[in-house]
This record gives sequence, structure tokens and C-alpha cells, in this order.
Amino acid sequence: MVNTAVKHAAGRRVTVVSLRVGRLRQVVPDTLDFYFGFVARDTVCEGARLEMEVVDAALRCNGCGHEWAIEIPAFRCPACAGSDVAVAAGDEFEVESIEVEETACIAHG
Amino acid sequence: MHRTRVRVVEEALDANNTIAQANRADFDRAGVTVVNFMSAPGAGKTTLLERVAANLPGVRVGVLEGDVQGSLDADRLAGLHVPVTQLNTDPGFGGECHLDANMVRSALPDLPLSEIDLLVVENVGNLVCPAEFRIGEDVRVMVSSVTEGEDKPLKYPLMFRTCDLVLVNKIDLLPHLDYDVEKFLYHLDHVHPDVRRIMVSARTGEGIDAWREWLAETAARAPAVV
Repeated sequence: MVNTAVKHAAGRRVTVVSLRVGRLRQVVPDTLDFYFGFVARDTVCEGARLEMEVVDAALRCNGCGHEWAIEIPAFRCPACAGSDVAVAAGDEFEVESIEVEETACIAHG
Repeated sequence: MHRTRVRVVEEALDANNTIAQANRADFDRAGVTVVNFMSAPGAGKTTLLERVAANLPGVRVGVLEGDVQGSLDADRLAGLHVPVTQLNTDPGFGGECHLDANMVRSALPDLPLSEIDLLVVENVGNLVCPAEFRIGEDVRVMVSSVTEGEDKPLKYPLMFRTCDLVLVNKIDLLPHLDYDVEKFLYHLDHVHPDVRRIMVSARTGEGIDAWREWLAETAARAPAVV
């Protein structure tokens, strides 16, 4: 995660790392935040704030096309009782964007 | 000085996934099918392997033993005369609670890939983290023993949802437990509808033939060496 941010920062100082974390992933936000601080040390991400957007879980039945949201881990289609079900949302664990500091002396373009 | 937003959109575990794909490509080239074998500690992974590893007709089996510490499991399997490679997640005390793609990659030079058709990677006993880290496997098998309780699919949904086979072990103990098999299967059906499951007892041998057949069929589906 830090490596990804460092790569896209291209030497610029990173002030915010924004993540999208799906509810189906086993990510503990407080723990992630805590260890991010350690891993970011001595990189351009040192001191950066971690923002997390939590994405609710949604499923889509490949059999009948029904789409629905889930709050508990129930993966059988409630419409057709099919088991060929895909995760439409909630599986994300991605670095969505970073915020970097641009110094005025660097030409844009 | 001003701030700008840079769009990234990259999987946070991208580094692991990239290495897992490289592992998978190497295994495919060698014509080796890889099983990521996972469970809670003490569910019976090693005993279930002992039951089948040396007795899969036409399939040469190798084992990669992942453990936090020591080589107790590898020593047990060594007696079966199948190639066993030990991978400790930490050389000191403590260590990682799961195998990741990079650890498996580091063990590749020690694996006799040209001498085996099926590699079973026995992951570290844990129902949480191993589910998040692909190692380059073709299939995932997990063991859930009846002493763990019926609610485990609901508590560890990612593990149960991402596996291709569930071995329900220690069924010889059912007469002594309050464990309700139907309730477990009901919960399993919620989390992973229609997933293949086999009821087994590593101790008495019940169900072991079905487990062996499943492994043999899985190995037979391997891509041919090109």
C-alpha cells in the first residue's frame, strides 16, 4: 500500500492516502491506520493521513440477474435460490487516490 | 505549495497478487497442480495429508509445510517418502500467521517441481489471514473439524467462501459432542452455497477415499506440460 502510494507520488510528499475497503474484506481500519504510520516512516508518506471509504457488500446472481445488498454473509440468491453468485461490490481493498504536495518551483505538464 | 489529488486505483495487495501470478505461471509450466490447504490450528490438516499423500495412484505428491516454528509436521510427513519442503514464516520466535506469495516464491528453488504432479501447501493454522493472501494456488481446500463448532462459516466467511472443498473432520467424535451437523451445513450453505464438502475422520479413515478421489481428480485437471 505504501509502495503503491510512493510510486504514484513520484518523489512528491504525500499528505493523504485514500482507500476503498469493502465490507467483505477482513480489514480492521484502526489497526491498518496504526501500522500505516510505522510502514510509512522514512518514505514520502511519513505523516500522511489515511482515509478509508467503506464499501457496502452487494451481490449479483449469474443465474437470474437479481442484485441485492447483504449485511450478513448469506450468498445464496434470494430470488431464484441459485448458488452461482458474484460479488458486485464489497470485495474492494484498493488505494483509490493520493493527495500530494506540489512545490511551486516545479513546472507543470 | 499546493496540493493535488492523484488518482491511483490499485489493489492494496497488488504486490502479493503479482507474485502469486508469477508462482502460478511457474507451477503451470512445470505441470504441477497446487492446493492451498488451510484450517484452524489442530483441525487435522497434517493427519489428513498423511492419509492420502503416499497413496494417490498415478499422482506424485509433494508437500510444502508452512509453520510459524519448527519442522514437527514435516518430520511426520517425511516418513511417507514424499518430498516435503519446510517453510518457516520466521526463523526466530513468533512469525507470520499466514503464508504469502513471496514466502512461497522463496521456497520455489527448494521444490522438486519436475518430480511431482501435485503440490499441497499446508498453510499456517489460521482461519483469517490465509484467506486474504493468494499464493499461486489452483484450488483451495479447508478443513473444519466438528470440535470447532457449527458457527464457524458465519465467523470466518472469507475463508469458507473462497475455498473449493470443505473437509469436515473428526466426525468419529460426533457421538460425544453437541455439534449439530445440519446446523453447520446450513451455515455453510449461507456463506458458500453448493460448495463441495466431504465428511471425514482422519482417525478412523471414514470419508478418506472420497478425499483421495477428489485430490486425484483435481491433479488430473492440471494443464499439460507444454
